[in-house]
Amino acid sequence: MSGIKRIAQIFEKARNQQRAALILYYPAGYPDYATSLEVLKGLAQSGADLLEVGMPFSDPLADGPTIQHATQMALSQRMNTRHCLALVRELRQQGVETPVVLMGYLNPVMAYGMERFVRDARQTGADGIILPDFPPEESADFRALCDAYELALISLVSPATPPERARQIAETTRGFLYLISLTGVTGARESLPPELEAFVARTRAVARVPLAVGFGISTPQQARRVSQIADGVIIGSALIARTGEAANPVQAAVEFIQQMFTALGKEELPRFESL
Amino acid sequence: METLSLIPTQQKDGRFGIFGGQYIPEVLMPAVQELEETYRQTRNDAEFHEIYTHLLKTYVGRPTPLTFAKRLTEELGGARIYLKREDLTHTGAHKINNALGQALLAKRMGKTRLVAETGAGQHGVATATVAALLDMECVVYMGSVDIARQQPNVQRMKLLGAEVRAVESGTRTLKDAVNEAIRDWVTNVRTTHYLLGSALGPHPYPTIVRDFQAVIGREAHAQILEAEGRLPDACIACVGGGSNAIGLFSAFVDDEEVALIGVEAGGEGIASGKHAARFADPARGKPGVLHGTFTYLLQDEDGQVLPTHSISAGLDYPAVGPEHAYLREIGRAEYTSVTDAEALQAFQTLARTEGILPALESSHALAEAIRRAPSLPRESILLVNLSGRGDKDLETVLKALKGRGA
Ligand SMILES: Cc1ncc(COP(=O)(O)O)c(C=O)c1O
Repeated sequence: MSGIKRIAQIFEKARNQQRAALILYYPAGYPDYATSLEVLKGLAQSGADLLEVGMPFSDPLADGPTIQHATQMALSQRMNTRHCLALVRELRQQGVETPVVLMGYLNPVMAYGMERFVRDARQTGADGIILPDFPPEESADFRALCDAYELALISLVSPATPPERARQIAETTRGFLYLISLTGVTGARESLPPELEAFVARTRAVARVPLAVGFGISTPQQARRVSQIADGVIIGSALIARTGEAANPVQAAVEFIQQMFTALGKEELPRFESL
Repeated sequence: METLSLIPTQQKDGRFGIFGGQYIPEVLMPAVQELEETYRQTRNDAEFHEIYTHLLKTYVGRPTPLTFAKRLTEELGGARIYLKREDLTHTGAHKINNALGQALLAKRMGKTRLVAETGAGQHGVATATVAALLDMECVVYMGSVDIARQQPNVQRMKLLGAEVRAVESGTRTLKDAVNEAIRDWVTNVRTTHYLLGSALGPHPYPTIVRDFQAVIGREAHAQILEAEGRLPDACIACVGGGSNAIGLFSAFVDDEEVALIGVEAGGEGIASGKHAARFADPARGKPGVLHGTFTYLLQDEDGQVLPTHSISAGLDYPAVGPEHAYLREIGRAEYTSVTDAEALQAFQTLARTEGILPALESSHALAEAIRRAPSLPRESILLVNLSGRGDKDLETVLKALKGRGA
């Protein structure tokens, strides 16, 4: 099935359960390859709707200290694009069926070879890709390539994006539209901006795709607030802060996601088998 | 090459051939578009030019002189060497031309706060200076390695009322200072202008910075005609991000008979891998995207940006301005590299023969001229851009000389 369709389905499923889809970001290779694989598997088995696998880059412009630090650690163990793809393949081989989106920066993808990347990403079982430093103006050719391989290239909008531009960007996105909750970099925040509701409503008026909100979300209360207005809740730094250096990262990740699910109002928690 | 063919090849604004572009997070797109629009309006705005030109003259100290380096020329016994004296500007380097222009643009956009990155500290000092002049808040990001080697400039920025924020991430040099400045900009984009210090970053920065630095070339073009009745055989400038070089080159690009020579930091030698020579090292310097632009970039095979080394903090940067990548590709400019040792040697030579302490950055350009001059005929002319003065580098130079047993 096309990656675009598989992603679209998670929002439908979540909507049927009257909650937002829960999307978790975790960097490949943090704190090491094997642990990141287990954490991602644990998140999938706990019912995560979508996994964002972070591909490390030496200069992650859109990221705050938590993800910067995690990526740096991954890089110091020679994590690279090839290994990220191998990790996705391994997830699939171990039975994980949750949609996977790769999130990274343009330069490593360019170095790998753009067409080769899209082909290999699809072949290993990824469904989509997010490149925050590759805006729609620059990525038309790449988007056509992703479309040809049925890999969803997901676009982003921010509170600074004017509505007309948001409408145009919404037309380019595949799978869902990524709403950056605040003007700023990734990282857990004590509070989300008061304008969040207005931003989502404004974007809703011009976009007909599912809207997922990310950046800054760290507590179950914040996740609940986002769940009420958006179709997806994206969490990264808060999860990394909780798991990366925990004695048992997989257990910490599972507990984290269960708390989030409770907040989203999911009726029944899926049982985690292999703990 | 497959990676290149995916970059749109049609010539459009903000592209130099295939190089350039706007590879930035979405939150910054409205900001760069606003900057582009403001610049489009002011480019032909008489009032803006009047204010800018007036300040260049009465505050910066322009035009800067063109000095014939008589004793140096005699010592080398070949080409006649001229120095374009950007070291004589207020704050001591060409960086002030751009800082002033951009700060005026920022005011026009209603921004109240400037953020900047700095390596050698010259751009930070220039930004802090214009912030004081125009009553704006100013934060300068600087790698902690550079803070340690450019102390006089750190103190100057603080006296000028700027906040200097030490950057501890990555390689703790210029590249990481740019990252942090961009992160600050991403966060405070509504009130803040990012005053980028070189001819790099996303469109429209490479164009804006070049245009504000073009005053160097325009003056030098007229001055050499007046002094010699003809154009030089070559223009030589050091290339960090490439702003002083593109400022000089831009006035001579159409004069095909003038060779344009950019000098990169060769550090401990190309073979050592410890350098910042994006063009001279084909194994490490390849086209890629960093800080919003597609250009030559020192990177490993996975596309991770490589650490750099140079004795001069202002050249210690893994990417180069996109217009330089283009000028090189079409064969209009040539790029060479000079090692730390050669730059140090040139620093001492100029001090001794002409009574001028050049910045270590500028010493790279000078070293290339010293290398070439002896084998050239006596009637040939080399025009060297002395981008800044060396006061800030005294400690580095003295330490290095001691280390070499001099
Ligand atoms: C005196 C001087 N020259 C040259 C440079 C290099 O920058 P660019 O290549 O943009 O001129 C610097 C940068 O800090 C500098 O301070």
